[in-house]
Amino acid sequence: MYSNWFYMPGLIIFTVFFLVPTALAFYFSLTRWTLFDSTYIGLDNYKEFFDDPQLKSGLQNTIIYAVLTSGLKVIISLPLAMLLTFGVRLRTFFRSIIFLPVLISAVAVGITFATLMQPSTGLINEALEYWGLPQPNWLGDPDLAIYSVVIVDVWKGVGIATLIFIAGISSIPLDYFDAAKLEGETWIKFRHVILPLSRNATFTVILLSFIGGLRTFDLIWTMTRGGPGFASDVLTSVVYKQYQAGFYGLSSAGNVVLLVLIMILVYPMTRIFNRLELEL
Amino acid sequence: MTLRKLIGILWLDSVVMVVFSIIFIVPFVFIVLTAAKSQSESALLEFTLPEKFLLKENIKEVIEFRDRRVLLALKNSTILTIGSVALIVIIGSFLGFVIQRRANRLASIVSTLLLIGLIVPPAVVPTIYLLQKIGLYKTLISLVLIEVAIQLPFATLIFRTFVASIPREIDEAAIIDGANPFQLFAHIIFPLLRPASVTVAVISAVFIYNDFTLPLYFLPGEDNVTAQLTLYSFRSQFNTQWNLLFANVIIITIPPLIMYIFFQRQIVAGLTAGSVKG
Amino acid sequence: MLRKSFILVLVLVLIAIPIASTAMAQDTITLTYLVDDSQANSGMATALAEAYMAQHPNVEIVVELRPGGTEGDNIVKTRLATGDMTDVFWYNSGSLLQALNPAQTLVDLSDQPFIENIVESFLPTVSQGDAIFGVPTGTAMGGGILYNKKVYEELGLSVPKTWDEFVANNEAIKEAGIAPVLATFGDTWTSQLFVLADYYNVEQAVPGFAEAYTNHEATHSDTPAAAAGFAYLQQGYEEDWWQEDYATTLFEPGLALLANGEVAHYPMLTFALSTIEANFPDQVNDIGFFAQPGTDAEANGVTIWMPPATYIPQTTEGEKREVALDFLSFIASIEGTEVLTAEIAPTGPYMIKGATLPDSVLPAVKDLAAYIESGNSYPALEFLSPIKGPNLEQICVAVGTGQMDAEQAAEDYDRDVERQAQQLGLPGWD
Repeated sequence: MYSNWFYMPGLIIFTVFFLVPTALAFYFSLTRWTLFDSTYIGLDNYKEFFDDPQLKSGLQNTIIYAVLTSGLKVIISLPLAMLLTFGVRLRTFFRSIIFLPVLISAVAVGITFATLMQPSTGLINEALEYWGLPQPNWLGDPDLAIYSVVIVDVWKGVGIATLIFIAGISSIPLDYFDAAKLEGETWIKFRHVILPLSRNATFTVILLSFIGGLRTFDLIWTMTRGGPGFASDVLTSVVYKQYQAGFYGLSSAGNVVLLVLIMILVYPMTRIFNRLELEL
Repeated sequence: MTLRKLIGILWLDSVVMVVFSIIFIVPFVFIVLTAAKSQSESALLEFTLPEKFLLKENIKEVIEFRDRRVLLALKNSTILTIGSVALIVIIGSFLGFVIQRRANRLASIVSTLLLIGLIVPPAVVPTIYLLQKIGLYKTLISLVLIEVAIQLPFATLIFRTFVASIPREIDEAAIIDGANPFQLFAHIIFPLLRPASVTVAVISAVFIYNDFTLPLYFLPGEDNVTAQLTLYSFRSQFNTQWNLLFANVIIITIPPLIMYIFFQRQIVAGLTAGSVKG
Repeated sequence: MLRKSFILVLVLVLIAIPIASTAMAQDTITLTYLVDDSQANSGMATALAEAYMAQHPNVEIVVELRPGGTEGDNIVKTRLATGDMTDVFWYNSGSLLQALNPAQTLVDLSDQPFIENIVESFLPTVSQGDAIFGVPTGTAMGGGILYNKKVYEELGLSVPKTWDEFVANNEAIKEAGIAPVLATFGDTWTSQLFVLADYYNVEQAVPGFAEAYTNHEATHSDTPAAAAGFAYLQQGYEEDWWQEDYATTLFEPGLALLANGEVAHYPMLTFALSTIEANFPDQVNDIGFFAQPGTDAEANGVTIWMPPATYIPQTTEGEKREVALDFLSFIASIEGTEVLTAEIAPTGPYMIKGATLPDSVLPAVKDLAAYIESGNSYPALEFLSPIKGPNLEQICVAVGTGQMDAEQAAEDYDRDVERQAQQLGLPGWD
């Protein structure tokens, strides 16, 4: 009744265009590779990768980035999705507005925000100055740069998260709300109907944005290039810089490390989510 | 509805409106303002009204740049996006359906493989070698297939979640009525997956259209330029024409914007379809 | 009806396209020419192509653009490795060229007659062993300090010949309320100049450092003269030389500050003059240039950057290679340099024998030429050694923003260099 043929087209494309090249990359991670030829050097690349003085802060930044972006996206987009499903008038208009940043490329968003976040001429700090608030050096302060990119990532990604939540909330049968309406309060509606029943949507948002956060690259690269210095480096930017520098074997090893790290973090998450899903 | 409640709702409305406008609209205003400036004025990167409003001239200059390269790029990007998205929705729904329904060993192996795909960045150079071996390098079709391979894991995840909410009794009823597996899928399951299809289509269309890195590596050559690559025309290591760069941003954002406005009704309808059936 | 005629048109178009393209291919030879997309370089490449086409109506040269910087390096490497390079291409000379594995990928030009036209000191930067791979395209540049002469006049300062004099000037400038040194760490590559442009001084203090460094016999952390550049960056941060917002300022907006006299100095390459000229034609004559000062006023000289070159990949064969070689001989001729001068004001001397600079050349370029003519110039390290650590720019920013001290920077850079040498497979590094 569920034919195995449904696997075929997907598996073929995925194998040829993704799995095979990835397996090749595994092999190359064990070599010193110049693109022109490769010499087998065992695990030297891995040793080199872990010896990197900047690795520790890169690893930290990666985790901070993934946790913050996925957390903030859930916290912001779930209430937003509620508002845009039941709340405000003009909700069609707002839905379009919030989706606008999603339509624009990370490169364009990065360039724009790097400009708005300029410490003395940028609009954000001019506004803060007007209100008499402190004006941080968003991208120039080494301690702050990574958080500034997190903010922009959330700005750009909240539209998609909200869309997924709207879909989740919309699929809740109306009877549940009728039952909740008897009790009257929005909070109850939220706590006892929406929160539990949009659990799947929440998992999807967390999972997608967490993995997206671990893999983040475009925005960091356009806004700070991992800088100032190495202050906002994440694993992908470290790997990419090695790749750009021509250390193809080393960067392949970095990719493998990234893969393993994400596996370790994400696999238990999916297990837990799957179990909770079954309980529903 | 009591008066207090009404005021409460209105208040919420206005606050949301103000916050929205500032956070989500101001950056776009900045893009438009900069795109309307002269080159030297735009180089200051300030949030000010342009001395002279040159938006039309700048857009025209961008379009005319290098034999209307940006129009060619829009055409290429459109083909790339539509082709990839169609395949992703069809193939992704196949996979989501069969993986969710056959919860056996093969299904768990395939989902693990797909999870890897969700995580691992693509390996650029091995892929190019492979493409050359099968004679597909530098073709639009190869980039379509690569984008499909990369988007498939996420699409499958979404479809799988949605298939889970369709009761199996529906399948059984259809089979008893004499449908074969493909008829079951095409006539019963796929239409029910519409909210998922819309979600997947929108998200992957946006991703593919905005993708910068993959076309850069897999589709070299002047004739194969895509929308995002045109941003390089005015931005280089040493010299950036900010006004033209932002005019270019506007031009390449218009097609997805029109698409979104045009299809918004369907997107929202598709997304909310679930509740009607609920 | 409408649909039918549409299909008819479509069929006609599909038939016509191949016919049209084969008809054109019969009598025209088309060369593709890959160049980075900076205004200056793409402009020069286009000018050379057009001048050549005007003389050779049967040749068509199509200029193809790629991004600059490390992104561009990667594209060039990938296209060469996969045998997909254009017929001729524009690329850096020196250490970046060495990373292209030229002996296996590029056509050896050493037996071509036009090699005679090239200034000898350029040739090592495009060679591996006895083979020569490229012809200089564009002018050499000086690396040192661009300064605003108006600021110097107003404060009655004179050009410093030692680092101590430079420090003293900076103090005077700071007292006058002007930022002494422009730092544009938003474009990370600009951060390296204090280190790289100090090579003339390194060579004075430790003659033959480049060779010892290539052979892994000398490193930055155990050669004080070679580590001085990092110390200068640390000093700049600690003594507050940089202007406001230095961590995020970009190259181009930075040039505006220099041109308007809001900062006094900018450690930079002279090619930046062409951008200043384009954006601030009225102020470009206020900009002068001096060599980065060292410890000894008697041994004051400038570090030179060699021009990029045009190369032919081995995948260009037969008739196309013949035409490509002829195009290269055009680039390596006095006529070729005249085409370039007409396109863009030169920011340094040409590396073609007998080529001259026009009298109208910018004052800062005259300052540079004076050092070269008096024999006080030496190539930068990246043209003497194949090894340049790819993380130098990030390390320099880390020092210039106070996140790392000079000592740590020299050590980290040694590590970076070691990795690069191993990747290149150089002897003595494993």
